Amino acid sequence: MYYLKLIVRNALRHKLRTGLTVLGIVVAILAFGLLRTVVDAWYHGSEAASNTRMVTRNSISLVFSLPLTYSAKIRQIDGVKAVSHANWFGGVYVTEKNFFPQFAVQGSTYFDLYPEFIVPPEQMREFQRDRKGALVGRKLVDTYGFKIGDQVSLRGTIFPGNWEFVVRGIYDGADSKTDTSQFFFQWDYLNETMKKTAPRRANSVGVYIISLASADRAAEVAAAVDHEFKNSLAETLTETEQAFQLGFVSMTEAIVVAIKIVSFLVIFIIMAVMANTMAMTVRERMAEYATLKALGFGPGHLALLIFGESLAIAGFGAAIGIALTFPVAEKFGTAMGSLFPVFFVTPETLYMQVAAGLIVGAVAAFVPCVRAARIRIVDGLRSVG
Amino acid sequence: MSEPVVEIKNLVKSYRRGGQVVPVLTNITFNIAAGDYVALMGPSGSGKSTLLNLIAGIDKPDSGTLRVGGVDITALGEAELATWRSRHVGFIFQFYNLMPVLTAFENVELPLLLTDLSARQRDEHVTSALAMVGLADRMEHFPSELSGGQQQRVAIARAIIADPTILVADEPTGDLDRVSAEEILNMLDLLNRELGKTIIMVTHDPHSAGKAHTVQHLDKGELRIGNSGAA
Repeated sequence: MYYLKLIVRNALRHKLRTGLTVLGIVVAILAFGLLRTVVDAWYHGSEAASNTRMVTRNSISLVFSLPLTYSAKIRQIDGVKAVSHANWFGGVYVTEKNFFPQFAVQGSTYFDLYPEFIVPPEQMREFQRDRKGALVGRKLVDTYGFKIGDQVSLRGTIFPGNWEFVVRGIYDGADSKTDTSQFFFQWDYLNETMKKTAPRRANSVGVYIISLASADRAAEVAAAVDHEFKNSLAETLTETEQAFQLGFVSMTEAIVVAIKIVSFLVIFIIMAVMANTMAMTVRERMAEYATLKALGFGPGHLALLIFGESLAIAGFGAAIGIALTFPVAEKFGTAMGSLFPVFFVTPETLYMQVAAGLIVGAVAAFVPCVRAARIRIVDGLRSVG
Repeated sequence: MSEPVVEIKNLVKSYRRGGQVVPVLTNITFNIAAGDYVALMGPSGSGKSTLLNLIAGIDKPDSGTLRVGGVDITALGEAELATWRSRHVGFIFQFYNLMPVLTAFENVELPLLLTDLSARQRDEHVTSALAMVGLADRMEHFPSELSGGQQQRVAIARAIIADPTILVADEPTGDLDRVSAEEILNMLDLLNRELGKTIIMVTHDPHSAGKAHTVQHLDKGELRIGNSGAA
């Protein structure tokens, strides 16, 4: 307790210096946590992927579609439990800045493959009954105030025209990692409209979603599906849902890497600031450390005082930074809207923040501690802070 | 006077300044009896503080032997020397060298943290020591709230708290006014007369030296013939 008392009092000796250092650490740890959360959000799609779901798309590019006739053939492949299909719609709700994912899905089968989307049964029935029905996620409800029965208009971009929908259901996620920012409507509505307005684009599917009987057979089923359509006009590429999601991440991997680098740079910079604080502090108190050595206190005692003070300052700043990460991340996630549909601070990020705070405190104290331990008592007693 | 508590034989010390070796002490030989009150005097640069530092174990000689309380302290390693100092040496510095963030009580308690005394026992010792130096009513004051003379008395209490073999004082009145200086000198005299403390004091002030029993003069690192001061 005596040493703790000495550590705390020493830390508060220069309140302005300590306060500014703590502030710097708060900002650094907060920024670090926020940047790591952004990185995590980038990968959430792939982490939330099911290991019993696979995605089949056109092997050339996701831009190209697949024939609707593939569905029956895929269903017959050994190892396939169920098949559904979907098209990315990419429409505009009011203005371009109101971005959220929109999918035309086979309403009768799609949600059997996504048990993590929780829809009240009566709402699912209404959705499946209404050709123009839409299922919206909870995040869209919170952002745009959608209610059951609301009419929603989307301006098509990939599929031109004004598209009218009626909200028939609201889905929630089974856990916090589920994306509830998506807008689903009936694929049949899309297809029947295409038959009238752009017949050559009718009966075309963006992706097939396959449910596996066993996750162990993923590679086997993928090979079988792609073999089925080899040498056809629309060859397929079948991969696990996680691999499919990671494909999107890899397109922007440079950004993710840059964010990771910046997050560590922030910590490195505050480590330098903290090291400067401790270096100045120890230099000023060299006579006191020499006095303690004269009285019989050894290098271990000095290390306890110096490391203790450094860790106290860094720890205090880190604690505040960590606490602030939650409300700031929440506001950031809300502001980002559908760009990061799943945005929350993970336990791993918290552990990294704690570790960063401890490392900053420890590294900053190391050199000053060595100097204090090595200084000759007579030289230390003569020093002027 | 009794057996020597400090035995110095052919002590040599020099410092290196850049590439040059500067001799500070040259073949110092003398003894200090237990219970003696010795003043080391000499002009600036004569080596008196260096000699005091060697006796106190906060510096090491180049050669020679130095026994304090029967222990050859030149043969001790750093850790052993630190432990030895904590038990056998009480320090009184010119500028007090108190910890500014600790109260008078906590400053005096510092040396006792290196002992096995319980918190209650430490409290009793500290209270007693501060009462002895007349600061029982200033225990919770920080050094910044005390006068120079009071701070030096706290330093004296800290120096005697662990009942050391010797007290070393380097210009203990150097930063004090005449009245406070006299108080400190009287206190040292009291510690020597009534508690039998062996005191070795560096001073350039003849008045301060006059309080000592023995005065050793140093000049250019050599010991001149010593004489007894007024007891």
